[in-house]
Amino acid sequence: MSIGLTHYLAVAAILFTIGVFGIFVNRKNIIVILMSIELILLAVNINLVAFSVYLHNVTGQIFAMFVLTVAAAEAAVGLAILVTFFRNRGDIAVDDVSVMKG
Amino acid sequence: MAVQAIAFYLLATVTLVAGVCVVSARSPVHSVLFLILAFFSAAGLFVMLGAEFLAMLLVVVYVGAVAVLFLFVVMMLDVDFASLRQGFARYMPLGAGVAGILAFEMIMVSTAVANGGAARLNDTPQASGADISNAETIGRVLYTDYIYFFQAAGLVLLVAMIGAIVLTLRHKPGVRRQVIADQVARGPKTGMRVISIKPGAGIDE
Repeated sequence: MSIGLTHYLAVAAILFTIGVFGIFVNRKNIIVILMSIELILLAVNINLVAFSVYLHNVTGQIFAMFVLTVAAAEAAVGLAILVTFFRNRGDIAVDDVSVMKG
Repeated sequence: MAVQAIAFYLLATVTLVAGVCVVSARSPVHSVLFLILAFFSAAGLFVMLGAEFLAMLLVVVYVGAVAVLFLFVVMMLDVDFASLRQGFARYMPLGAGVAGILAFEMIMVSTAVANGGAARLNDTPQASGADISNAETIGRVLYTDYIYFFQAAGLVLLVAMIGAIVLTLRHKPGVRRQVIADQVARGPKTGMRVISIKPGAGIDE
């Protein structure tokens, strides 16, 4: 049985689900939540690249690059907010984040 | 063909197992290291598809930059991570059920799309144009059709960089900082004064 588009899509689907599962079970740990979001975006990238390769259309790879850019920006800003929050509260429990609302 | 199948299943298994370890590891440092492993094997999957440029981009951006950023933050914050894990066992059954259903549905849909959709006609993977490399193929499209999107991506990165700096920059009280405007504005009138001293007496200040 040769490796086709279905195999890559299945890997991406399972990886996406693992990311969603990680957000469910690690509700208090915002660092692991951020990493789960990175896993979800990786699954999206695998989907984009697999379709791009099997449809013979390079646009999917371009969009995977843009997703990569946004993921990097999101990680940088998210971790910066986390560091500032830790400095003010001395803790990173997600339950207390509501104090940030103006 | 058999070699390709073995390589695919190996890389896919490592990616998925590393993904599970990311969300279930006890220590966040282990989570980050498993995240690096997951991205590295996903880069291997990209190489198998023929998208070498994106594979290298994934290694450089994620393993080189984002993972190190995560590691840096995890090690800098002095947090009791054991207390953050409470509730893991409580949400585990519900989360696993929802995740299982979600994965089943997504695999059903993707199988249907792959077998019956537009992708059905092309069985051979092809990541590059005719007679040119993958990077050249991407470059030819990225710098022509998607040039404004490319510029916008650069803007996104610039805004993220400024945002991260503004959020984390802080001025400690009591730390003397260089103020270049004051230095430039300093002249003979402000920088020195003439004091007449009586013979034999010292200066008070």
